Amino acid sequence: MFGKLSLDAIPFHEPIVMITIAMIAIGGAAVLGLITYFKKWTYLWTEWLTSVDHKKIGVMYIIIAMVMLLRGFADAIMMRSQLALATEGSPGYLPPEHYDQIFTAHGVIMIIFMAMPFFTGLMNIVLPLQIGARDVAFPFLNSLSLYLLISGVVLVNVSLGVGEFARTGWVAYPPLSELGYSPGVGVDYYIWALQLSGLGTTLTGVNFLVTVLKMRTPGMKLMDMPIFTWTCTWANVLIVASFPILTATLALLTLDRYLDFHIFTNELGGNPMMYVNLFWAWGHPEVYILILPAFGVFSEVISTFTGKRLFGHHSMIYASGAISVLGFMVWLHHFFTMGSGASVNAFFGLATMLISIPTGVKLFNWLFTIYQGRLRFTAPVMWTLGFMVTFSIGGMTGVLLAIPGADFVLHNSLFVIAHFHNVIIGGAVFGYIAGFAFWFPKAFGFKLNEKWGKAAFWFWISGFYVAFMPLYALGFMGMTRRLNTTDNPDWTPYLHVAFWGAALIMVGIACQLIQIYVSIRDREQNRDVTGDPWNGHTLEWSTSSPPPFYNFAELPKANEIDAFYAAKRDGEAYPVPAKYSDIHMPNNTATGLVMGALLTVFGFAMIWHIWWLSIASLVGTIVYFVIHAARDDQGYMVPASEVARIEGEQHKILASVRNAQANTPVNKLEQA
Amino acid sequence: MSKKRYPRFFGFLALFSMLLLSGCDYTLLDSKGHVGVQERDLIITATLLMLLVVVPVIFMTIIFAWKYRASNKSATYTPDWAHSTKIELVVWLVPLAIIIVLGYVTYKSTHALDPYRPLESDVKPVTIEVVALDWKWLFIYPEQGIATVNKIVFPANTPINFRITSDSVMNSFFIPALGGQIYAMAGMQTKLHLIANENGEFDGISANYSGAGFTGMKFKATATSQADFDAWVAEVKNSPKQLATAEYTALAKPSERNPVELYSTVTPNLFQIIIDKYEGMKPGKIEHEKKEVAGMEGMDMGKHSAAEAEE
Repeated sequence: MFGKLSLDAIPFHEPIVMITIAMIAIGGAAVLGLITYFKKWTYLWTEWLTSVDHKKIGVMYIIIAMVMLLRGFADAIMMRSQLALATEGSPGYLPPEHYDQIFTAHGVIMIIFMAMPFFTGLMNIVLPLQIGARDVAFPFLNSLSLYLLISGVVLVNVSLGVGEFARTGWVAYPPLSELGYSPGVGVDYYIWALQLSGLGTTLTGVNFLVTVLKMRTPGMKLMDMPIFTWTCTWANVLIVASFPILTATLALLTLDRYLDFHIFTNELGGNPMMYVNLFWAWGHPEVYILILPAFGVFSEVISTFTGKRLFGHHSMIYASGAISVLGFMVWLHHFFTMGSGASVNAFFGLATMLISIPTGVKLFNWLFTIYQGRLRFTAPVMWTLGFMVTFSIGGMTGVLLAIPGADFVLHNSLFVIAHFHNVIIGGAVFGYIAGFAFWFPKAFGFKLNEKWGKAAFWFWISGFYVAFMPLYALGFMGMTRRLNTTDNPDWTPYLHVAFWGAALIMVGIACQLIQIYVSIRDREQNRDVTGDPWNGHTLEWSTSSPPPFYNFAELPKANEIDAFYAAKRDGEAYPVPAKYSDIHMPNNTATGLVMGALLTVFGFAMIWHIWWLSIASLVGTIVYFVIHAARDDQGYMVPASEVARIEGEQHKILASVRNAQANTPVNKLEQA
Repeated sequence: MSKKRYPRFFGFLALFSMLLLSGCDYTLLDSKGHVGVQERDLIITATLLMLLVVVPVIFMTIIFAWKYRASNKSATYTPDWAHSTKIELVVWLVPLAIIIVLGYVTYKSTHALDPYRPLESDVKPVTIEVVALDWKWLFIYPEQGIATVNKIVFPANTPINFRITSDSVMNSFFIPALGGQIYAMAGMQTKLHLIANENGEFDGISANYSGAGFTGMKFKATATSQADFDAWVAEVKNSPKQLATAEYTALAKPSERNPVELYSTVTPNLFQIIIDKYEGMKPGKIEHEKKEVAGMEGMDMGKHSAAEAEE
């Protein structure tokens, strides 16, 4: 009846796990209680959960990313404290079966359930606004993508309390991840969590590619699209090309584990090396999917806060494209040590190095954007400058690892760990946090507190260096990754320092949480009334903050790069049309939520071999979707009078701001 | 000749930076192996080359950000300046030039340091066959007819030809003090060639996570004089244990932090038998009968997984 599932699956004997579950249960109950107490269920359902508005979906993605950042960071601090304690013969406090789950979960969560939703959230909020669109091409699909991600999130977190998570490392290489060596449900949780969220990511990629191709405001040429939109577009190209590889690879592993196939097993002609190749054929483009949008954020931030146009806009687009294409041809550098032979290794090493050329170009372009500018040191700028310094170092260690001769001694060492945290934290995460602060006023109508933002930056960056520079050193001392105890006394001081680095990052995260609290508390002082708090260049700043649900009453004009900058220069910003017209908008739908819920049940049933439930939930998903598709929902029209009313209010506010500005001697925007 | 496999100039650079780093206890930078020394020089050369770009970028970031801060009204301000063909050429060509040099170094060194490439030496090499098991290392000396677990001894200044496979999951065979690593995979043989430049006892590890006992999967590699090596072989030949089929089957079962074992004899051709159990790298070679026999000798994963699936 319940397959492999029984009460034994709940780890009652693990105090750490049980306390965590208790805290999650209490926290969850408190949230649900508060929603009930304030009678917000209807609001939550109609305004958020069933919404197909890209801005709201984006906000929900980022909330998930932040919650998962806390979860992934909890794993990180447990690993660092274990390694700081378990030295010179001490076993520490985490036994291998627990520790091995933690490092696997940390990797999966940070990549798939923190970084990916953070990027997807920023793209959701910003991209349609930047191209002057009213929504994405397929609003329902967008909602479905979100709920597929949530399915994965739910499964990963359920694994904490019911059963176990994989103990294979986040790459889950067979034969270790095959039934013979991992008979438990851990790898199955891994497979289905990645499979469902990966499907959502593929749909997002398709959705946003169609959006930039078909939904740009009239007059906007592809090469004139803002740079963040462009880097997201390249990331989406990579998603559409690479995520199906992940889906297929996981499906093959599923066949091995569920139907006794031998695709990746040691015996019966299976070939584990095939998995390793396929995994990285997805895995390497994946890291560029994470970093390219961050490059886009830095470009927007630098050009906005220097009050200058981005240096080499076209160069940036080509550089991003080159990175995307090359990013597909370098996967073998993750396993030079497999014994492919010198010529193969040399090819992939050289291809990898080529990527540093367009990346270097980007760094120089940001530098020449700052050159002869007027740089305002806001929190997003701090993150950007921190990135430029940190990423240069991370890029250098990356090229070093791309040299096969060097990789033979550095492969799988803590040097590698230091390198990819250097580029993912110092690149992707810094970028997302900068983007979060930069576009926060656009999404919510008020600015984030600068003081706490800068405090967060200083703790994060110092924490990063203190935590990861010792790991570079440990790599040179021959310490390999995924050890749960150490016995070399020379390593101990470095491991202790690394722990304190993680503690500094924890303070940084705390500063961010305080920043959000303080900003909401003081929101009236920090209102963004004009919709253009930073003197922005691109179209998202031309509408109000937060934008009306239809984004733009009239589709904006865009005849050159930085359309809003041009409009302000020519005195054509904030046009008032003679007459508003009706606007066609999509209806909300709960289909994404229902399908996501059913697919979560499907994944759970597959993990525990509850076959009847798997079939029932999968059939239910399909039937529900067919019913949804047959409904023939044509959306609805927002009457012109309603548009005129909303726009009239905003224009009144704009006029009052303009009058106030005319009466003050110094331009407020310049001073900010 | 074999020591100078890439241009002398880079060797000088490497030497110079070694002066800065001397006195560190960094295993990889203080290599005791013929290959390891070259890999260290390569790391240092490449790092110095890249610093030619990285250092200016870091300084320019700090200097530009400070000079063009908003409060510095005396600095030039050109809001619409966003293109310069000259600068664009420079920013594409400078990284390109460095990558061409680095690419040349990479191409040469990748061939020179290919782990499959036998090392040139006047001394006759010693062959050691390596089998990764859950979670210990089995070493077979085919020429000497002995076997060990978690310990190897070999003469210094002598090429050691490692032949590596796994009778379990993937591992990576690595002696950090001597030079590069290579994966150990079931059903196939990988190769690694090393020379220890001096006598000493070095740590050997698995550098690829292989499950619960991974952390304890260590061995000691001792480089000695030829005489001491011969004496050690004689000692092992006198040890009471023998590695026949039954002993191997018992040894192949998972165990953690296995003690050192010495076997005076070993089943002939055991290394090849372990590889032949699996068909991975030999498409078309389906010798079911042979496989059945071989399967009896080790852990038969086919049956094992089928049993698990029934759970």
